[in-house]
Amino acid sequence: MTITARLQQPLIQVENLGHGYWMAGEMVPVLRNISLNIYHGEFVAIIGPSGSGKTTLMNMLGCLDIANEGSYRLDGLDIRKLSDNKLAQIRNEKIGFIFQQYNLLPKLSAFENVELPLIYRNMAHKERKRAAENSLRMVGLADRMHNRPSALSGGQQQRVAIARAIAGDPPMLLADEPTGALDSKTGAEVMIKMQELNQLGHTIIIITHDLTIAEQAKRIIRIMDGEIVEDRGSGI
Amino acid sequence: MNIYQSMKMALKSIVGNKVRSFLTMLGIIIGVSSVITLVSVGQGTTSSITEQLQGLGTDLLTVNIMGRGATTSLSYDEVMEINDLPGVKAVSPVISGNATVKQGTVNDSYSIEGITPAYEDVKDFHVQSGRYLLDIDNEYRMKVALIGSEVAADFFGSSNPVGETLQMNGVSFKIVGLLETLGTSATGSNDDKILIPISTAERFLQSRGIRSITVQADTTDLVKSTQERLEAWLDGKFLSADNSYTIFNAQEMMDTLNSTTQMLSLALGGIAGISLLVGGIGIMNIMLVSVSERTREIGVRKAIGAKKRDILLQFIIESTTLSGFGGILGIALGYGASALIANVSTLNTEVSMSIVVISFSFSLFIGIAFGVIPANQAAKLRPIYALRTD
Repeated sequence: MTITARLQQPLIQVENLGHGYWMAGEMVPVLRNISLNIYHGEFVAIIGPSGSGKTTLMNMLGCLDIANEGSYRLDGLDIRKLSDNKLAQIRNEKIGFIFQQYNLLPKLSAFENVELPLIYRNMAHKERKRAAENSLRMVGLADRMHNRPSALSGGQQQRVAIARAIAGDPPMLLADEPTGALDSKTGAEVMIKMQELNQLGHTIIIITHDLTIAEQAKRIIRIMDGEIVEDRGSGI
Repeated sequence: MNIYQSMKMALKSIVGNKVRSFLTMLGIIIGVSSVITLVSVGQGTTSSITEQLQGLGTDLLTVNIMGRGATTSLSYDEVMEINDLPGVKAVSPVISGNATVKQGTVNDSYSIEGITPAYEDVKDFHVQSGRYLLDIDNEYRMKVALIGSEVAADFFGSSNPVGETLQMNGVSFKIVGLLETLGTSATGSNDDKILIPISTAERFLQSRGIRSITVQADTTDLVKSTQERLEAWLDGKFLSADNSYTIFNAQEMMDTLNSTTQMLSLALGGIAGISLLVGGIGIMNIMLVSVSERTREIGVRKAIGAKKRDILLQFIIESTTLSGFGGILGIALGYGASALIANVSTLNTEVSMSIVVISFSFSLFIGIAFGVIPANQAAKLRPIYALRTD
């Protein structure tokens, strides 16, 4: 497969995905009949009220969990057939996570946090240093590299988290309420950063319940009670 | 991820929690240091006992005669027959008693031993000045004496006693030699003795016959067979009567004492080993707490690509580093403590390299063994569960 052919293939290919949890002997469905394709370079917002199943969908898309039903192909790979170790490798190489609570390791400096996914990838020291410094520069934190998260503001911490997500240059960035813990001004700054990254070619999926955030995406997928009820706009 | 990176991460997390890390190590530190200290005390005691017994001579058999019926001793000539037994190198009969010794204004009681010239080599006890007793002294019942260094100090201070005379129970003895300073052995001080010819002693102490004989075997290896021959000979003399004699064998005594003190070392080491084990359980406990405390960290690590193996390795290396550092500090403390004990008490201590190596490797092993359970628990955590936990 040539690179162009591969890029024309959907990055994410979900078909009839269904998932539920067993609770008191009864299956409580969380996701039903989810089918969607997301292509390289898209900027997608998945919105829905709390309890709609959007976090579960994010866990599925992020290879943190495996759905009970349906199929999921990420970059051509059938996720359901992979072992835990292989999933870890996919998360490392294909997905950059951005969490609401930043989830930086408090004992490590900003630089060490950004470097971490590259360490798990077994990247050589020099290359790793360059990549981590580059991505910190990209989020405008080159001068705060050796600060611990506790010495950084919320917006700065989220930018470190973004730097960590993009350090390994994954095809997809998966952001779960990335502005949820920030005031509106820093939230807006973070969103501008996301726009820039999208223009640089990163595929971005944002999960949010905030419509003003979702409006900034090019494509909006609305979920209600575990089903897609709306899919509008083109991601590219 | 390679081992080097895992070690770096483990070290960071240990250094990041200094107080807790130290307290966790404390169990191992105390365990290792007490193993080293207690075993060193045990071994020090063993070797000082061995040294004292070796001072008695391991090629020697000490015979005490109780006799049978009216015969409570052997005559000098009978004793000399022992010389003809195979395996016997020398025979040194001794008659002992006490006498009041007087010279000038000093007046005190001392132990007197009547000896033959063989005594010198058998006991390895020589003169530092003057001459030893000779056969001729025995033949003519000469009133000559060798005195121990303490006796000399009591009567003559630091001046040379050779040629002086002493009044013993009113009889004048000429001092012909000053014995070397030997110090204290298992049978008491050797330096407050006065030695006179055995024939003189028989009369002087009014003690007919010989009740104490020291027999020297040709070699230490031959002690056992020589003892058997000697027993046979003595049985012949006393018609196999019960309790007619006892034979004391320093080697046998040493073996008995050694096995006792070794048991002591083992018991002390065992108790200390238990505390080392408890220290290991302490590590496991803290590591388990640390896993549940760091669930979120583990979740993040897994989300960004840590494999099971990476997490497992990180936690095992962490616990092994804790126990290893604890082991090193424990060794240092153990050396210090046994040096201190040797300094402030009369106990001897001897730190043996093998115990240091054993206790250190045991502490490392404990770190690995007790690190496995928590590390496995951490590695098994599912990332979505771990990320949801606060």
